Amino acid sequence: MSKVRVLVGTRKGAFILESDGKRKRWKVNGPHFTGWEIYHVKGSPADPDRLYASQTSGWFGQVIQRSSDGGKTWEAPGGGASMEPGQMPRGESNKFVYDTTPETGKPLTTHQWYDGTQHPWEFKRVWHLEPSLTDPETVYAGVEDAAMFRTTDGAKTWHELSGLRGHGTGPKWQPGAGGMGLHTILIDPTNPDRIYVAISAAGAFRTDDGGKTWKPINQGLRSQYIPDPNAEVGHCVHRIALHRSRPNVVFMQKHWDVMRTDNAGDQWQEVSGNLPTDFGFVIDVHAHEPETIYVVPIKSDSEHFPLDGKLRVYRSRTGGNEWEPLTKGLPQRNCYVNVLRDAMAVDQLDSCGLYFGTTGGQVYASANAGDSWSPIVRDLPAVLSVEVQTLQ
Amino acid sequence: MIRVVLPFHLRTLAQVGAEVQLDIAGPITQRAILDALEARYPVLCGTMRDHVTLKRRPFIRFFACSEDLSHESPDAPLPDAVASGAEPFLVIGAIAGG
Repeated sequence: MSKVRVLVGTRKGAFILESDGKRKRWKVNGPHFTGWEIYHVKGSPADPDRLYASQTSGWFGQVIQRSSDGGKTWEAPGGGASMEPGQMPRGESNKFVYDTTPETGKPLTTHQWYDGTQHPWEFKRVWHLEPSLTDPETVYAGVEDAAMFRTTDGAKTWHELSGLRGHGTGPKWQPGAGGMGLHTILIDPTNPDRIYVAISAAGAFRTDDGGKTWKPINQGLRSQYIPDPNAEVGHCVHRIALHRSRPNVVFMQKHWDVMRTDNAGDQWQEVSGNLPTDFGFVIDVHAHEPETIYVVPIKSDSEHFPLDGKLRVYRSRTGGNEWEPLTKGLPQRNCYVNVLRDAMAVDQLDSCGLYFGTTGGQVYASANAGDSWSPIVRDLPAVLSVEVQTLQ
Repeated sequence: MIRVVLPFHLRTLAQVGAEVQLDIAGPITQRAILDALEARYPVLCGTMRDHVTLKRRPFIRFFACSEDLSHESPDAPLPDAVASGAEPFLVIGAIAGG
């Protein structure tokens, strides 16, 4: 019988929630990495017992953790024997150093700072870990300040795919209120050389050659909070999502506006339709219905909580524009939590399950595509990320 | 024998107790202690000082003998009491945030 494993990253540790395919009774494991911010935990599609976690702290920096047994035990993969004489010790798994090699032709560039001046790239943390669809040793990391790194040795060492940061528009990127993070990585299941990424506040970008070269894909986005609302870059994209059967169709929750593209980002169109507010962070796609998408509308960029204190997931079965509120089992009064950009996921069971976590520490689950919801846990630390593994 | 006290989170990360003891040849400096710590516990690389510049992380402090040595040169000799093992070298997470 199928099982479901929900990987939850929070402000104070990671939790692993497990259930059988009925998704009624849950076992809660954790906290792992107690007291650390866990920005993201994700499993390898090629080996579901291989998990990767981004463990980070304002005091102690970045640590990458790896599990080979589904989260029962963890290791920092770059550890091991001590240094050779005259050399620095290992510990490379935690080392994210921007590429400044002459071979790239792109020495360390600068980006726009809050005051409009140019500012050098400074690594702060890993926001998102995206394992390869086919190789459990290969993982992509989206980091703040925005850049993309890759490991091909199970996270022992990381190397920047510097073509993204250096392709030319970098000096126009700027941090949003939460920093300048590369927060979403989508690998085309039919073509692993095609990868989409999203950056706040720069926009969406695409590579068609495995990360060597990149181009902005923001045509059609309109953002009133930047000097040129139609600029090539500078848009605060909060999240993008696709269905594996149609990788050229990508959905986007922008700072404001819900968008879609049908041509791999070459042109976007707004599909906010009848949403009560089109500000929000998460967006995701039903596991089996590529035109069924979900968002959680948030009141505004100044008030990061649900409209009217009612926590509502909105579902569109038409790929956008026509939306219905899903409220059964969700609090409909006095609810002032937020749902952050990496905190929604879907499982692959026949009756598609949805999961999302809140800054109030609840993780809600629906085993019927959003028709009804119930909390798996109610009192975790603020939830930063939610991922789901469907296990046989 | 040099005695080093790590903050809670680094103890957990390195899987050690409250105090670590190190044998260090040569002058006892901040750099010598951090080099030895990272050599024995590679997972601590980058947690106390930057991987590349080796500058102290902003919210890390180094105390010894009731003195804040955080702003001393990393190559300055540490007090004799630290070098002799009479007093520990304390790595502290600064009181900031929550």
